[in-house]
Amino acid sequence: MNPSGKLRILIAKPGLDGHDRGAKVVARALSNAGMEVIYSGLHQTPELIVNTAVDEDVDAIGLSILSGAHMTIFPRVLARLKEKGVEDILVFGGGTIPKKDRQALEAMGVGRIFTPGTDTRAIVDYLKETLG
Amino acid sequence: MAYQDKRDAKTSSDPFVGLTPLKNMSGFEIKPFYGPEDLAGLDLDRDIGLPGDFPFVRGVYPTMYRGRQWTIRQLGSLGPPDQANRRIRQLVDMGATGISVCLDMPTIMGRDSDDPLAEGEVGRCGGVAIDTVQDMRDLVAGIDLQKISINFVSNSQSAVILAMFYAVAEERGARRELLSGTLQNDILKEYQAQKSYYFPPGPSLRLTMDTISFSIKNLPRFNPISISGYQLASAGANPVQELAFTLANGFTYVEEGIKAGMDVDDFAPRLSFFFKAHNDFFENVAKFRAARRIWARTLKDKFGAKNPASWRLRVHTQTSGSSLTAQQMENNIIRATIQALSAVMAGTQSLHTNSFNEALSIPTPLSERLALRTQQIIAHESGAAWTADPLGGSYYVETLTHRMEEETQKYFRIIEKLGGVVAGIERGYFQKEIADSAFRYQQEVEKGERVIVGLNRYTEEGETEIELREIDSDFEPHKIAALKEFKARRDQDLLRSKGEELRAVCRTEENVMPTLVSAVQAGMTLGEAVDHMRAVFGAYREQAIF
Amino acid sequence: MGRSNPVNPDELAAGLLKGDRRAVARMITLVEDQDERANEMMKLVFPHTGRSMIIGITGAGGSGKSTLIDHLIGRFRRMDKRVGVVAVDPSSPFSGGALLGDRVRFQSHSLDEGVYIRSMGARGYLGGLARATTDVVRIMEAMGNEVIIIETLGAGQDEIDIIHVAQTCLLVLTPGMGDDIQAMKAGIMEIADVIVLNKFDLDGAGQCLRSLETIIHTGMSEDKGWAPRVVPTIACAAKSSDVHGVDELVQSIMDHQAYLHRSKKIEEVRAERIEQELGLVFKDEVEKVVFAGLKGTGKKRKYIESIRAGKNDPYSVVEEVLSTFLKEEILE
Repeated sequence: MNPSGKLRILIAKPGLDGHDRGAKVVARALSNAGMEVIYSGLHQTPELIVNTAVDEDVDAIGLSILSGAHMTIFPRVLARLKEKGVEDILVFGGGTIPKKDRQALEAMGVGRIFTPGTDTRAIVDYLKETLG
Repeated sequence: MAYQDKRDAKTSSDPFVGLTPLKNMSGFEIKPFYGPEDLAGLDLDRDIGLPGDFPFVRGVYPTMYRGRQWTIRQLGSLGPPDQANRRIRQLVDMGATGISVCLDMPTIMGRDSDDPLAEGEVGRCGGVAIDTVQDMRDLVAGIDLQKISINFVSNSQSAVILAMFYAVAEERGARRELLSGTLQNDILKEYQAQKSYYFPPGPSLRLTMDTISFSIKNLPRFNPISISGYQLASAGANPVQELAFTLANGFTYVEEGIKAGMDVDDFAPRLSFFFKAHNDFFENVAKFRAARRIWARTLKDKFGAKNPASWRLRVHTQTSGSSLTAQQMENNIIRATIQALSAVMAGTQSLHTNSFNEALSIPTPLSERLALRTQQIIAHESGAAWTADPLGGSYYVETLTHRMEEETQKYFRIIEKLGGVVAGIERGYFQKEIADSAFRYQQEVEKGERVIVGLNRYTEEGETEIELREIDSDFEPHKIAALKEFKARRDQDLLRSKGEELRAVCRTEENVMPTLVSAVQAGMTLGEAVDHMRAVFGAYREQAIF
Repeated sequence: MGRSNPVNPDELAAGLLKGDRRAVARMITLVEDQDERANEMMKLVFPHTGRSMIIGITGAGGSGKSTLIDHLIGRFRRMDKRVGVVAVDPSSPFSGGALLGDRVRFQSHSLDEGVYIRSMGARGYLGGLARATTDVVRIMEAMGNEVIIIETLGAGQDEIDIIHVAQTCLLVLTPGMGDDIQAMKAGIMEIADVIVLNKFDLDGAGQCLRSLETIIHTGMSEDKGWAPRVVPTIACAAKSSDVHGVDELVQSIMDHQAYLHRSKKIEEVRAERIEQELGLVFKDEVEKVVFAGLKGTGKKRKYIESIRAGKNDPYSVVEEVLSTFLKEEILE
């Protein structure tokens, strides 16, 4: 097995929401696909998420948001990444996010947003393709 | 040909093999048909009986819906308490006989609207922002609490919500013995699945018992706890696990109640349950029937309950949110209908039907009305409500009921070996089982072994444009300003002394409720109350289990 | 995407020494990935290492290691020491992936500039992890952390010979491990400088404590300067006032460190670490060079084929390769 170039992904649950089924299933699927997944746990702030992302040198941050607060949280995370000079870290996500908002977020610089029911293989493929 | 041969013969030449998953969600292999041989060994009188008769397999009341229709209980919450109030009244006008009120995320996490961590989350997702007793007043203004039963979907903050509800009821001079309502108040499932706990299990259970004993003394018609399987299932538990873990939690509460000095027949009649109605029609029905039998027998034989009301397991059901797809959302109407129908045929006491667009947002007026009408059509047009336990005697359903009970007993033995539910929680047992089921389910769907129409079969390109509810972004600053104003008007000295009183009572074994009631009357906010309690009880942190 | 950015080893090393966290993070990744520029960077970084306190913590899953580390970080921070933490979790031998969830337990320190936490997957290949971990510890030292904590799964796992790298080794046990302790008798004496008996509030704790003390007592020989200490702890509690034993644990660690310095054993320990690292780097590099050489010529495939066909065996092959190789490359 070629040990070099493993993808490192941070999966985080920002805000107050405690529904972590999706985040955990995705984390497990990604690790089964050969990635190193750092799971940050619940109740993360954008500052915490970005700090962790930098220290762990992740290639991408995946945010799971089911609370409706996505239009506040994603921009915060993007801003914080910019502040720290690490905008090359990909931000993607999942949750109950309607199409209009998804489009708005993608226009802001977020990568793909996956809706409930997405096949985890699609997420794996997306990450492998985008992160090379 | 012998029975077995017939069944096997049918299987091997069956051209529709593709239509049947080999196993249902609980992991049972489903045979092509069931017959009398499958019921051999069951004593019809002892194990099944009649509706309203112990062990209540066929229903908790003899006439079921002929005597009283199930409560049509829809979600009446919106962020602003006054808007929620209007919506509650609209729903009542449309025919709802009960209402559920969800709390917004900050309230769920025990924080006020002005808490920095609450930013962006105040009043969202169909949850009402309750910071103070004033919010409670606004929420129930003009609603006859003797006629309309409000179910507060409140858990860790239940004691505070109950205190506010009680304070407002008192103010209005309402006759306490006539007030109905429900508190979800099920903390054990928070540790297992929903994760909105504050304190460690010990103090949390103490608070639960305090609310229960306060309630049975002061609000005899009130249901102070709704022991929930729904959220366990949403987190990934399969139907057998949902059944087993929920009942195990229920028994734990009974043990705690007895430990707290209450007589089982004083509080057990007021315990109620909350289950999910998922896609598998017959599995749902079997689950409820098995639940009733297990509960009745355990309360009678193990806990020595003598009051038949203690033996009756009463259920509120919600159709499955996790089954809703964002793809071809209109399909969700059919899903909710099938699930609702199965809940009725399973003998639920109260039912909530989801709106079809809930995969991506909170309900719109149209989808909300449709959800309500679904129940009314079932009630008046389908005939399903005209006789109790219509599926009783079905070879399939009786077999499934029996099987579910067997599997549940296996889980009970494991939990006992672990040292009980709390010990199991601390060892991560439930969390691991649930995470494993969630993952397994996802894999089945991805492999196409479990078909979800519109998702992994019969898919369409593009998305249907469905109207989604806009979120009012003005509310949050408005609420924060109102809260600020409220806080400024309070008697600060009185508030401080109430805070000390609250901490003091938390340190003793006395019931916190009277102190909490007077504290919220003095204007203590929910966040402040939780902070005081946390200072004494401590905060709970979990381990990450996949 | 971060990976594809061009890397300048000198810049990274310079950034690291200045305390730039991103530079540190990138360097660690390069080392883990066995990037060809890693050695150059390690050369620049190495002179700035060797003076930190290195604590190793092993113990079975569920023993409470992570929670204990959370407390230790807090204590060391109160002493104004900067702390680096390496949390190692197993990698799947099949997919190569890993689920790294330890840092959830260290949440409270994620915003502290004086704490640097890195999660590593064991990646399970020969010499790989042990080498990467030792390099990462050096990197964390160079960054300016006075205390480095290494967390691994522990005794019996061969991901890392933590005892050769760490100065003070903590073994975390819990009551109810009963038989396992008996089986580990020799291991305990070999590995642990401090044994933490966590979850001391569980049944059987007192008995467990006594068993451990007996094992240590009977295992102690005259010339061994340090008797492993057993420290009972209750690491996981809802209120900080209910946490027990952490002060005693910190004291034990400091006492052991004092012992090492006082008795000059610290020099032995440092030498052992260097010997370990030297061996790992050596093995790694030789393997790389030799196999790279073989691969290029297609000889590796030929050797494997001839062994499979029964015409040769691994021992003869290696002998042949080494003698040819060494003669050619080194002996001019």
